[in-house]
Amino acid sequence: MIGLRGLAWLLAMQSLGELLSRGLGLPFPGPVVGMLLLLLALRLPLVREPVAACANFLLSHLSLLFVPVGVGVMTHLGLLGQYGARMLAVIVLSTWTGLVVTVLVLRAFKGKRDA
Amino acid sequence: MPKFVELWVYLSATPLFGLTATLVVYVLAQALYARLGQAAWANPVLWSVVTLASLLTFTGVDYPTYFSGAQFIHFLLGPAVVALAWPLWERRSALRQHWRALLAAALVGGLAASGSALLLGWLVDLPHDVVLSLAPKSVTAPVAMGIADKIGGIPALAAVFAVVTGMVGALSAKSLFGLLKIPTDTDGWMARGFSLGTAAHGIGAARALQVNPDAGAFAGLALGLHVVLASLLMPLLFRLF
Repeated sequence: MIGLRGLAWLLAMQSLGELLSRGLGLPFPGPVVGMLLLLLALRLPLVREPVAACANFLLSHLSLLFVPVGVGVMTHLGLLGQYGARMLAVIVLSTWTGLVVTVLVLRAFKGKRDA
Repeated sequence: MPKFVELWVYLSATPLFGLTATLVVYVLAQALYARLGQAAWANPVLWSVVTLASLLTFTGVDYPTYFSGAQFIHFLLGPAVVALAWPLWERRSALRQHWRALLAAALVGGLAASGSALLLGWLVDLPHDVVLSLAPKSVTAPVAMGIADKIGGIPALAAVFAVVTGMVGALSAKSLFGLLKIPTDTDGWMARGFSLGTAAHGIGAARALQVNPDAGAFAGLALGLHVVLASLLMPLLFRLF
């Protein structure tokens, strides 16, 4: 039941975020606005307990939620056949660049703190 | 036999099929992953996608029919993005303490990931809308679709790129961090997790969460931060150029 109340909060915040995002023409997608609203609402214990239960459940199965979109790769087989190797190379190299740059920036800050 | 064929034709066209297939295949892939000591190459998203795509191709069920059932799982990506407020809230003291370093890392790392994708995509001569769809690939899939739509990319392709990016990050982060000699103390796990969340979003965060709780929390933090930064900055930057 507490998990269900948490889901209700998440959906309510997402809906509110969607309304604000579309109504005011914000650059953020609705769920992102919802996340920011929830961050403010988490000050209230009334929101915090149910959200914790639901968020932990949802986030611990996060990778499942990407499967339906991932299977969509099969609808782009034509594009993949033509450019697949190049696209994969670009994705692999740019992902490595992102990982390395992020981790090195963090370590550089830590180095400065320790010095 | 014809009875069976009739039943199959009926069942494969109902939403029940896509939903059941997705859950069953994922549960099996997850069990296999646990059995193999959570080896990076056994990534459950990768193998679920491969298995389901093969299954659909083999049985002749088309993607829209599959998605009519799988959409119930896909829908939860929205509430999951909202739920990211929770790890942010939980780590608010660390966030307050290290906000300069974390903000700089998410900003520079995110820019490096999209910038290098745009540059490389342009260098190898990919079509323009494909290159634009590559830009938001380090942001979590549902947000990447929204950004791609705003900057002139193809949303469905951006989502696929995001999923592939997540898998590449989850598969290779360990070896990459090992090469860079990032330690495995608390600070090291924080940096490893944050980097995975920035460059490889939810799939990277899921991997980080399984390896180490500190890494997982900071991956969630990075994911949330990157979502906010990218959805604010990317459409703005593209409007300028």
